[in-house]
Amino acid sequence: MNLNIVEIDNLSFGYKGRLLHKGINMMFPRGKVVAIMGGSGSGKTTLLRLIGGQIKPSHGEVRVDGDVVHKQDRDGIFKLRRKMGMLFQHGALFTDLSVFDNVAFPMRELTDLPESMIRDLVLMKLNAVGLRGASGYMPVELSGGMARRVALARAVALDPNIIMYDEPFAGLDPISMGVICDLIRSLNDALGATSIIVSHDVKETFLIADYVYFVANGEVAAEGTPHDLMHSTLPFVHQFVHGEKDGPVPFHYPAANYQSELMNSKTND
Amino acid sequence: MIKSTLLIAVARMLRGLGARMIDRIWRLGAGARLFFLTIFYSGESFRRFHLILREIYFTGVMSLLIIIVSAFFVGMVLALQGYNTLQKYGSSEAIGVLVALSLVRELGPVVTALLFAGRAGTAITAEIGLMKTTEQLSAMEMMAVSPIARVVAPRFWAGVISMPILATLFSMVGILGGYLVAVPLIGVDDGAFWSQMQANVDFRVDIVDGLIKSLVFGVACTMIALFEGFDAPPTAEGVSRATTRTVVISSLTVLGLDFILTSFMLVV
Repeated sequence: MNLNIVEIDNLSFGYKGRLLHKGINMMFPRGKVVAIMGGSGSGKTTLLRLIGGQIKPSHGEVRVDGDVVHKQDRDGIFKLRRKMGMLFQHGALFTDLSVFDNVAFPMRELTDLPESMIRDLVLMKLNAVGLRGASGYMPVELSGGMARRVALARAVALDPNIIMYDEPFAGLDPISMGVICDLIRSLNDALGATSIIVSHDVKETFLIADYVYFVANGEVAAEGTPHDLMHSTLPFVHQFVHGEKDGPVPFHYPAANYQSELMNSKTND
Repeated sequence: MIKSTLLIAVARMLRGLGARMIDRIWRLGAGARLFFLTIFYSGESFRRFHLILREIYFTGVMSLLIIIVSAFFVGMVLALQGYNTLQKYGSSEAIGVLVALSLVRELGPVVTALLFAGRAGTAITAEIGLMKTTEQLSAMEMMAVSPIARVVAPRFWAGVISMPILATLFSMVGILGGYLVAVPLIGVDDGAFWSQMQANVDFRVDIVDGLIKSLVFGVACTMIALFEGFDAPPTAEGVSRATTRTVVISSLTVLGLDFILTSFMLVV
């Protein structure tokens, strides 16, 4: 059995004439929590979509459990996705279903389990995220943190081998953030799964990740354990980890000369 | 100088026209693809008929109020206008036939489809557009569940099943509205109203043709609403534009199809 459950090999991806990734290589070992970090628009979420087979790479390949994702037909991709669970940035709960039905959804759709067993499993998943008492609520009645926890329960409903998290800490209060942080680590260890976290929240991600990749300008700019990266002297990593305003990533977006633009009589209309 | 500016303007106009044409053809192809995929995935929807029943409630049952109230007024206006013309020729007893044929052949299927597009069609587009915006469709795909099988197909069949039932109800309520104006209000003979209707409305030619029309309108209106929702850009503006397009395209399609179907039905 391959040590890495997901492998990204010399991957390039672009759209609308813009190359987003240029020859990226990444390894995601079984049982580990691996983070992909980088600034907004650096293509972190796109990497998750490439792993999930929602889009195809321009060059290179993504292998999940030894299978090349983009070479699969629709049934093959669906088969691979059954090994995956994904937590979307805003939860993506089905708004017409209750909390209970949201968690039960993958079980009802993809298994032949009897309803009594589904009930027990849903309650166990909800209990694991601390929301068994909210099983009757509708998504609209939940706070942002609660919705994220329900979505997490749904993502692990079928005990996947790979759990992908797209910005799991975005927009959460400190308590919810701590809860989600703890849940990601504990669920990963309890299920023996591999977690892939896409985030730009340094503190929380470094707390739970075993290994971190930094993506910038379409390439892997740095990689290592959180401890290594915290003390990295690479200018980009230093700027990102310490949240400095100016550095390799400039404060100003590239523009024409300031003075000449102000003096130019042409308007933007 | 003026000549070259004019040429540039014409070239730009032609380029814009060409781009719009390509976009329309692309959308037509994408719509046809969604239609065939919907048919392909329909077996799963029929195996879990409760999904279709649930959508029939939202698209059909929830449209009942607007359909019944509109039908009642349309029937009453038809009786008033019809009586006004028929009495000039001494044929006011034929008012029942006029109301029934107008409703069963034309107004029932057409007005129901227009109301359906405005009420249920927009709801379908907005719901699917928002599901796309909030990544619910992506979440479904990532769970290895096809959104076409789970979301699109049940709504499609609910629309197709609901439309003929709603059109039939429209015609029935419209006839009742016409009766209340013609008989108790104007004083047309009760027996003449119903007997002339019974004698002149043919089941095969009038009622079945009306049902065929409403079935075709059901397919068109529901598919347009589903495609617009599925194709909407995942933004607030995108969903709003898609909802507007649903009403405009559905209405024009219904009126155009009505002319084509009527032509064929009269010839055959």
